[in-house]
Amino acid sequence: MVRILGILVGIFFSGWLLVTFLVGAYTYVSSPPAATAEAEFHLHPKEVDWSFNGPLGHYDKRQLQRGFQVYSEVCSACHSLKLVAFRDLEALGYNEAEIKAIAKKRQIADIDPKTGEATTRPGLPADHFPLVYPNDTAARAANNNAIPPDQSLLAKSRHGGPDYIYSLLTGYRDQPAALLKQFPDAKTPTGLHYNPYFPNLNLAMAPPLTADGQVTYGPGNPKPTKDQMAKDVAAFLMWAAEPKLETRHNVGRAVVFFLLIASILSWLAYRSVWADKEH
Amino acid sequence: MSFPWAEHYEPKNPLMKWVDERLPLPRLVYNAIGAGYPVPRNLNYFWNFGVLAGMALTIQLVTGIVLAMHYAASSGIAFDSVEHIMRDVNAGWLLRYAHATGASFFFIVVYIHIFRGLYFSSYKAPREMVWLLGVVIFLLMMATAFMGYVLPWGQMSYWGAQVITGLFSAIPLVGDSLHTWLLGGFAPGDAALNRFFSLHYLLPFVIAGVIILHIWSLHIPGSSNPTGVEVKGPEDTVPFHPYYTAKDGFGVAIFLLIYALVLFFGPNMMGHPDNYIPANPMATPAHIVPEWYFWPFYAILRAFTFDFGIPGVITIIPAKLMGVLAMFSAIALLFFLPWIDTSPVRSGKYRPLFKKFFWLLVIDVLVLGYCGGSPAEEPYVMISQLAAAYYFAHFLIILPIIATIEKPLPLPGSITEAVLAKHKGNTADAVAAE
Amino acid sequence: MATEVQGAEAAGHEGEGVRRRDFLGIPASVAAVSFAGIGGLATIFPLIAQMNPSADVVAQSTTEVDLSAIEPGQGIKAVFHSQPLFVRHLTPAEIAAADKVNPATLRDPQTLEERTVDGKKQWLITMGVCTHLGCVPLGIGEGENRGEFGGYFCPCHGSQYDTAARIRKGPAPKNLEVPKYKYLTDTHVVVG
Repeated sequence: MVRILGILVGIFFSGWLLVTFLVGAYTYVSSPPAATAEAEFHLHPKEVDWSFNGPLGHYDKRQLQRGFQVYSEVCSACHSLKLVAFRDLEALGYNEAEIKAIAKKRQIADIDPKTGEATTRPGLPADHFPLVYPNDTAARAANNNAIPPDQSLLAKSRHGGPDYIYSLLTGYRDQPAALLKQFPDAKTPTGLHYNPYFPNLNLAMAPPLTADGQVTYGPGNPKPTKDQMAKDVAAFLMWAAEPKLETRHNVGRAVVFFLLIASILSWLAYRSVWADKEH
Repeated sequence: MSFPWAEHYEPKNPLMKWVDERLPLPRLVYNAIGAGYPVPRNLNYFWNFGVLAGMALTIQLVTGIVLAMHYAASSGIAFDSVEHIMRDVNAGWLLRYAHATGASFFFIVVYIHIFRGLYFSSYKAPREMVWLLGVVIFLLMMATAFMGYVLPWGQMSYWGAQVITGLFSAIPLVGDSLHTWLLGGFAPGDAALNRFFSLHYLLPFVIAGVIILHIWSLHIPGSSNPTGVEVKGPEDTVPFHPYYTAKDGFGVAIFLLIYALVLFFGPNMMGHPDNYIPANPMATPAHIVPEWYFWPFYAILRAFTFDFGIPGVITIIPAKLMGVLAMFSAIALLFFLPWIDTSPVRSGKYRPLFKKFFWLLVIDVLVLGYCGGSPAEEPYVMISQLAAAYYFAHFLIILPIIATIEKPLPLPGSITEAVLAKHKGNTADAVAAE
Repeated sequence: MATEVQGAEAAGHEGEGVRRRDFLGIPASVAAVSFAGIGGLATIFPLIAQMNPSADVVAQSTTEVDLSAIEPGQGIKAVFHSQPLFVRHLTPAEIAAADKVNPATLRDPQTLEERTVDGKKQWLITMGVCTHLGCVPLGIGEGENRGEFGGYFCPCHGSQYDTAARIRKGPAPKNLEVPKYKYLTDTHVVVG
């Protein structure tokens, strides 16, 4: 009885699926789906050999400091970093005094203790990086109806992570003639900028890194070319998204080593327990 | 446990004797996983996966309870509370990644455990109840995992909740009311988030209870084995302790090793980057996908693109409802397996025709999974239609037919006979080599 | 060679159903279980550590106080470790009243010197938490009841503190706690 009902249900679902497939296959062959500009011209991120790649990955503190400098001097005009606190910058190698100075340079929203009015005060190490705009509406109004995303998790919330960030920052170019020829309707709208690494090819952010030397690196650092600045800020943003990466790798190596030994010991115990039993 | 040669619990330790006389818990443990539970001697490594599933549940319970000390289930601060755990709570990053990776590993282990059951027909008499309880556990796991994924309140959390709760509105007549009742609103929001947190905390304990019933119902007939031939005498079995405690210990070590490799060196590998973006009800992600362990069922859901009926004339069942019915049926049919597969032979080892179709099923489920994780575009839609058609055909049409027409290989007389035959073959070669 | 192998097989058969091993008698099993035990203990550490204050709470663990606006005879209520902090500018009369008391007669013997920084006897910085059961005593604000001894008065169960915030009457066992603090300048103090 169960089997008969089962066969009927099976014929119902499998049968209808085959019918749907045949109709779909016919449509696919007779009027195939149109190609899109995104599918044809979108590029996957360039792969970079980051210091934090792989199981032995670690951060290069000097690179993180350079990247922080790029963030502070270029990106922070529009992009907040609200999940990072100034005290977290200790991981980049800054001492207490330097962190206090970094914090003090920024204004934090607060309430006047006497009048209760909204005001700002200089930052303390315990504060988080402040928001740039008080709310989304203000952010849109100032940025051509686009909200500059908070960067605290940017490196983990995009496919390709730091590779994507680096590729995007260095990927701005003119719209290729081939694209316009194949998709005449896909001309980049005014106010947007063509970048083949961006999912739909045109983004609202103007190229932020426009010239070599836009930021001045201190002595003992590589030259601040656009390429170098892009790499450094991408590395910094990876740290901002995953500050515990080094701890995680260190603990991981210890745990995996321990478990390897445990596996060997438990294997030997298993063999000795079963030594007299064929199985 | 009803094997007459099973060891009896005789406490030597005076403390254990005192406890056992007043509360027979030591006796219970002895008979369940101690030397008092005879188990077939020929179990292979696929029999490790039940214990590994219990291990995974324990990891999830411990990490989950501890995470709940820091998580805030309110839509305005949930996302930030998870980041607080990752950045500020001592070892918070470890707990969060352990819990997220643990969920994936729980499903990996349970899927292998289920496929073991399918290959060796563990669902057949007298173990049907074990199987039914197992499917109940699987359903509870899926509900728990779904609700847990909503809690971080990222983009995928929100939109996954939107899609899955939206399925209920496909039910005719009561669909819309049911949908609003489930959510406590018109879209996922604070009401949904709070109740999902409450239920996500509760259900794992319900799972633990059902697992106790699952193991209890197994211990009535005792464990099956790779030959599918029932235990005939004491030479067929070994006591669970120390033989299978040792083997399970080794299995646990390997499981933890692989788990640690993923947790510490690839914790975001099985996740989706979009869930690191705070939920935005105004902006839908480009491709909404659930976590990987739901992908085969998601593919079945999306495979139905046409309303059932005669196009232009009548719609009997809309496509959305077809998808929902098919997705739930895909799991529900598992309940009926003991009565669908009527072959008297249990183990796939002795069923050559069944074996071929079994591996086809494995490939089919992997293909369905790949399609479920891909965008709902061609050619993935067409492939998932074929793969879903095979899935239903396999369980509901092919299995009963195989059961009647198949010519199985001759079964060994007993477990010991099979074990000795294997070793005689080996030693004969050793002798010949000399 | 063949007979040895067959003998072993037979021995294996005879072993059926008889418990031949006492558990943990095997060195390999002992090693494996002990090693696993160490692993288990190590796993406990993060589970316990996570309940300690998180990094953001620890970062809030100091409070800075500006003394310049506080006149003699006045006090302010600040916050330290999420609890009230009483910062009082003592008048010469209040200092004298505190010094006149023989510490040996006190429930919790301490002099005003011991409870303030050398040379800054006029600044009394204490927690605003009654040492009886934790209420916030009155007396720090203008017009609040200071009790019989001119210091603080706890309305919950009647504990009375003097001008040096020492317990004089009532159920509290100890003087108001003096937290760790230091002067960055004459008018700027960091507590904690």
